[in-house]
Amino acid sequence: MLIGLLFFFGQMPITVVARTDSISLKPPTNLRAMDTPNDHGKSITLFWDCPLDISNIEGFQIFREAADESLHLAGYAPVNKTEYVDQLGLRNNVEYQYSMRSINLEGVVSIFSELSPVVTAYPQWFKKNEVNILIMIIIYFGLVIYFVRIARKGKKIFLRRIPGLDALEEAVGRATEMGKPILYVPGIWPMDEIGTIAAMNILKPVAKKVAQYESRIIVPCIDPIVMNVAQQTVKEGFTEAGRPDRYNQDDVFFLTSAQFAYAAGVNGIMVREKPATNLFLGVFFAESLLLAETGNATGAIQIAGTDRVPQLPFFVAACDYCIMGEELYAASAYLSEDPRLVSSIKAQDWGKMAILISLFFGSVFSILGLRFILSWFSAG
Amino acid sequence: MRRRLPVIIAFGIGFAMLIQYFIPHPRSEEFYNVIVQQWFIIIYAFMYIFALRSFFMHHITKVKKKKEGYIFSAVAMVSVLFMLLSGLITSRGPFFDSLYNYMIAPLQGTMFSLLAFFIASAAFRAFRARNVQATLLLVTATIVMIGRVPIGDYLWRGMPDLVEWIMTVPSMAAMRGIRIGVGLGAVATAMKIMLGIERSYMGGE
Repeated sequence: MLIGLLFFFGQMPITVVARTDSISLKPPTNLRAMDTPNDHGKSITLFWDCPLDISNIEGFQIFREAADESLHLAGYAPVNKTEYVDQLGLRNNVEYQYSMRSINLEGVVSIFSELSPVVTAYPQWFKKNEVNILIMIIIYFGLVIYFVRIARKGKKIFLRRIPGLDALEEAVGRATEMGKPILYVPGIWPMDEIGTIAAMNILKPVAKKVAQYESRIIVPCIDPIVMNVAQQTVKEGFTEAGRPDRYNQDDVFFLTSAQFAYAAGVNGIMVREKPATNLFLGVFFAESLLLAETGNATGAIQIAGTDRVPQLPFFVAACDYCIMGEELYAASAYLSEDPRLVSSIKAQDWGKMAILISLFFGSVFSILGLRFILSWFSAG
Repeated sequence: MRRRLPVIIAFGIGFAMLIQYFIPHPRSEEFYNVIVQQWFIIIYAFMYIFALRSFFMHHITKVKKKKEGYIFSAVAMVSVLFMLLSGLITSRGPFFDSLYNYMIAPLQGTMFSLLAFFIASAAFRAFRARNVQATLLLVTATIVMIGRVPIGDYLWRGMPDLVEWIMTVPSMAAMRGIRIGVGLGAVATAMKIMLGIERSYMGGE
């Protein structure tokens, strides 16, 4: 019987449950703390080395103490991290010390690591990590000023033809011949957007041409400030053309401030007024195709321009001419032919050339394993 | 001075905002909040008075002259006044919220959903193989459309990878080219405004 029982239990598999205790778990080592650089303060960054054996570790608990704060849990980092940014309840110019411990899935914790050196959070006055952007802006600024000075001396600067802008004159003329108005949609973004400013810059020469042809321009606006600027711009265009009497403030009006209500309103104008020419110039989003397709259905000649890349395919598909990206910014210079404005386009071309050269050398150096050039163009 | 003052203000604020970008200090953030949030709110509050005046003048003229679609102008004015009064009387309570949730939101959703039909009609026109470029567009678009749905993977295992390559290499390269131009153009326009070279947006040159 005894022999039988021994034999029976001897055949059974013996399962050994290896429970981890706090002694076998090791805390992180070499804990360092520093003020987070290039920020507005109230932030400390921690670095550490992971223990050699991390197989049982789930993550690390981060503890913080100050003169008026006892050591308390301040954060948690998963085991694959060796860096943590503490921003929770930190004060500037207060001395802090940190400690960490490892924790496993069962909630067993290791002993604490050594305390980090004393560290203080404080705000910075300059983003050192973005000095490359500042240098590039200064160089670009210098280029613009240089070419403006050259233009002032009377040097002729070549500008390639932009078909969309060349067609403006034809489009205004067509509307005059048909006795129908021109619809100018300045986008749906407020005046603080550079694309909207570009739209206002184009509006003036367009309004001037409209006044010269004794035609009519309708400008529905989605933003109150844009409406005020558009009213002044159109009025000035009509005045410069010597026809201030033809300016009708009621034609530059506030439609609505809601995106799709605006699209519906502009579509209604297209269907009722049947403008001979539709100009969509500015910042557009999902309403771009709603507008352009309705205009296409009414048979109007359509010129669109935006700096929003995702909307460009819609305009290309539905409009007769499309002014792409930077051409929108160049339009004002192109139409006014003011040498000072044209000269800035030359600076843009030089900027593009510099970027092309950088791309070429960046690619070559990267292939050769020399990646330092990449850091010149990275920010943050 | 009437011409110079706006240029001086544009230069001052533009330069200050440029410098502010490079200063992470809380004082710099406070300055940004004052300019962008508080000043903007004040300016917008006044500008909406002008906007409402413009709105009513435009629509009253249409109703008076009984222009085509003047009934929509009447509906627009009544709707604005109704929303305004319901917001004021109920202190933007549940009734006001219901008007927004059950009338305005579905109307906007309906308008947005029309996009699907407009995309179809625009695609039909764009995909007509009139020349080499249009044919190339047609072929590429067809591959991308088929590769984005399960049948693409069923027809040929490599289809999703081909689509991914089209989107991340040639398409992305073209988009980045345009974006670089947009970035440079935006900075140049900002500089022209700050230096007072570009003044069309102010009404006068």
